[in-house]
Amino acid sequence: MATTPSTPAPKLNRIGLSVLEYKGGKTTLCAGCGHNAISERIVDAMYEMGVKPERVAKLSGIGCSSKSPAYFMSRSHSFNSVHGRMPSVATGAMLANRNLLALGVSGDGDSASIGIGQFVHLMRRNLPMIYIIEDNGVYGLTKGQFSATADLGSKLKTGVVNDLPAIDTCALAIELGATFVGRSFSGDKRQLHSMLKAAIAHKGTVMLDVISPCVTFNDHDGSTKSYKYMKDHEEPLQDINFVPHFEEIDVEYDAGTTIEVTMHDGSRLRLRKLEEGYDPTHRIDAIHRLLEAHEKQEVLTGVFYVDPKAPSFLDLLNMTDQPLATLPESVTRPSREVLEQCMEELR
Amino acid sequence: MATTDVALQDAPGRLERKPIVNDMSIQVATVNGSGSQSSNTVLLRSIFQMGVPVSGKNLFPSNIAGLPTWYTIRANKDGYIARKKEIDFLIAMNAETAQEDVMSLAPGAAALYDEPLNLSTLRSDLVFYAVPYDKLVATVCPEAKLRKLVKNMIYVGVVAKLLDIDVAEVEKAIHRQFAKKAKAANLNMAAAQAGFDYAAANLKKQDPFHIARMDKTKGKIIIDGNAAAALGCMFAGVTVVTWYPITPSSSLVETLIDYMKEHRIGPDGKATFAIVQAEDELAAIGMVIGGGWAGARSMTATAGPGISLMAEFAGLAYYTEVPGVIWDIQRVGPSTGLPTRTSQGDILSTAFLSHGDTKNILLIPSSVSECFDMAQDAFNLAEQFQTLVFVMSDLDLGMNNWMSDPFQYPETPIKRGKVLSEEDLDRLGGFARYKDVDGDGIGYRTLPGTDHPAAAYFSRGSGHNEKSQYSERPDDFERNMERINRKFETARSFVPRPELISADKSKIGIIAYGTSHWAIVESRDQLSMEYKCETDYLRLRAYPLTREVHEFVEKHERVYLVEQNRDAQMLSLLKLDIRPELITRLRSVSHIHGLPLDARSVTDQIMTMEGK
Repeated sequence: MATTPSTPAPKLNRIGLSVLEYKGGKTTLCAGCGHNAISERIVDAMYEMGVKPERVAKLSGIGCSSKSPAYFMSRSHSFNSVHGRMPSVATGAMLANRNLLALGVSGDGDSASIGIGQFVHLMRRNLPMIYIIEDNGVYGLTKGQFSATADLGSKLKTGVVNDLPAIDTCALAIELGATFVGRSFSGDKRQLHSMLKAAIAHKGTVMLDVISPCVTFNDHDGSTKSYKYMKDHEEPLQDINFVPHFEEIDVEYDAGTTIEVTMHDGSRLRLRKLEEGYDPTHRIDAIHRLLEAHEKQEVLTGVFYVDPKAPSFLDLLNMTDQPLATLPESVTRPSREVLEQCMEELR
Repeated sequence: MATTDVALQDAPGRLERKPIVNDMSIQVATVNGSGSQSSNTVLLRSIFQMGVPVSGKNLFPSNIAGLPTWYTIRANKDGYIARKKEIDFLIAMNAETAQEDVMSLAPGAAALYDEPLNLSTLRSDLVFYAVPYDKLVATVCPEAKLRKLVKNMIYVGVVAKLLDIDVAEVEKAIHRQFAKKAKAANLNMAAAQAGFDYAAANLKKQDPFHIARMDKTKGKIIIDGNAAAALGCMFAGVTVVTWYPITPSSSLVETLIDYMKEHRIGPDGKATFAIVQAEDELAAIGMVIGGGWAGARSMTATAGPGISLMAEFAGLAYYTEVPGVIWDIQRVGPSTGLPTRTSQGDILSTAFLSHGDTKNILLIPSSVSECFDMAQDAFNLAEQFQTLVFVMSDLDLGMNNWMSDPFQYPETPIKRGKVLSEEDLDRLGGFARYKDVDGDGIGYRTLPGTDHPAAAYFSRGSGHNEKSQYSERPDDFERNMERINRKFETARSFVPRPELISADKSKIGIIAYGTSHWAIVESRDQLSMEYKCETDYLRLRAYPLTREVHEFVEKHERVYLVEQNRDAQMLSLLKLDIRPELITRLRSVSHIHGLPLDARSVTDQIMTMEGK
């Protein structure tokens, strides 16, 4: 360590925490793994949004992606559960404590194969949570088998060609009822950063499919999930700008070229159209455009669909405002008189 | 077996037989979907209101409409409420099964049938009564499409007349049954009255069976085990309920929904609970675990196939030490098995549910009041021991109507276990999630959302050390697994003790659990009175097994373990626990045909094994 005459005071966010308070353990993933970049973006977004780490519940399934919650936000509780079934664990946690900010990290194997059943029902319920698929098209921990998001015709290192069509988790999520759906790329720092901040401001299920190349098993020629392929084929729909509710708006936008979406917390998501006529509040168009992208072999990125007003699953359940987990006995155990009344009805 | 049945029945004396008062079993043979459930409930309640102990068992098909169903009501002055094998009074309403139903009766029984079935020619050793249901129903029910539903109430009136059940009690039961539908109540009462009047004018009493007023049901309630469990869970303070419909557990959660909507809505009009129908049993238990991890009293209800699906998650909860309550309303397996029949077939698989070394706490209710009480125990134990607790009910208990004393309000406060608050963390400075601070194997936990920088820990199903950090070190793994085992050993002193019903009367001991209990009560009297064979009896209420169970085996030369499965599942668990030299004392009395256990079968099996 070199000695420095004076250490500048660390920059603090709006709740008085430095970015170091959002860091996690040292990653054990491969050097260059896209997942590590995503973890860094999560740290930055949470820090900049001023989210209290104690409010966050990190949830994951099984796989390389699902290990990553250990590598960011150590001050948040975390549950690394079973393969493909994190959605149900997240659902239970949110039922128990509606004040949590649930952040799920899954992979393409974890979500699109073994976990597809729970994935679709999570999307359907519009449970308030951020669900990130770190999507590399292969099973990393078991050493490089195809997953269900691998594109038709893509090649493994061993030369095996994938002859089944890919499941588009974004199209699926939109169809099923998720209310904030987008795709990004772990290498697109700016876009992912803005999308994550918008995700934090959203109330409802956020499904982000983030292409995250596997440097060890799927970064070669013939792969459609490699860094090179993404650099050549990424087609962003919009230029994304996010203005959190606690920041002054200093620049006006041009309604002709930009769509502005007001999020649940008052934040604004500004999407400068790179593609004429695309409307991210229109479900059917969104699905149509995604299917078209497959035909054209484009990797479309951006916010495909957003509905900031749809009721969330917790709204539908008419749950009390306090977390169920900590309701006192005086609330959760009915009185002696109620039992007597129930008994009388059975006599 | 058939010879035994006949031998025990009185010779067919017909008219000169002595009256048999308040001791009979009535079977209604009908078709499912025909509305007979209301009539059967009215008949059951009418007898109950006469003060006579009663039980009702529904033997139904896995089907919505059109297949045979049998409902058996047993009235017994001595309070025996197990299924009785012999039918004394048959109400034959189903043309499909009528002949077989009549042929299977023991001599001397009575059969009430729909006139066109013309059954009286089948046998000469029974008492027959014919009733022209279609003619009678036409007079009381002008609307032709309702007749099918009302027709069944006619037999209630006929039986009331033949058995001396006060018609006023029938009326009271009908008004209770159709409390919210005055028109239906009146229509049904007219049908019952028509049956009663027809019997009075046309049928000559020939059978010996009578119901006479007693006072043995005063203050008692009638409820099924699933509803009792639902009530228990509500009073145990459950907050997160998840489920996937499966017979015979569905009615537990459906009843719970009704109760919670009535009694657990806060002054702000909002629910103090969340009930979610999950996409499958995997999700149901996943939500329970997520809820338990985040601090809610969470539960689900299922049956054997659901338990099998939950196996992987059960191991996660065991190893990450997350509380949750799972009700297993057991039905007959393997596979789909007999989904509408009762069994105790999930004991062994649930005790060890999941891969690796996993052991689970099981609570085993034998009565509706225990369903209520054990709900309190289950949630308390789950949170105290930070583990799943399985309540092993069964279809017989869960879906049939049982008479009971009213349930007692839980007198002990809810126990939430070792949970650290912000203040605790301030005082301690930090904590290690899986450290055995108190020597009982149970660590301290924090809940997500606890507002303290030292609150967070990382739950993982993979290897971890005391601080819940990822670890593949052999010593960490071994130490952790030994500690979790220590929790299980501690639990032995906290689970419900067995009920020692008789300890020092005999060299022969009986051990049973769950709904087998009711047959054992009666069988022990049969053994004593008919064979002069005295027995001792211990009723298990939980796994892990407690010290009392070991002592009971030590005290008896022969121990009959009665259970409703083929492979002597509880006996196998007991073998693992007791001293090896005691194992030869254990004998299995097993029963697997899916019908509620009856006393006679137990008596016969024990006597055969005793060489008598």
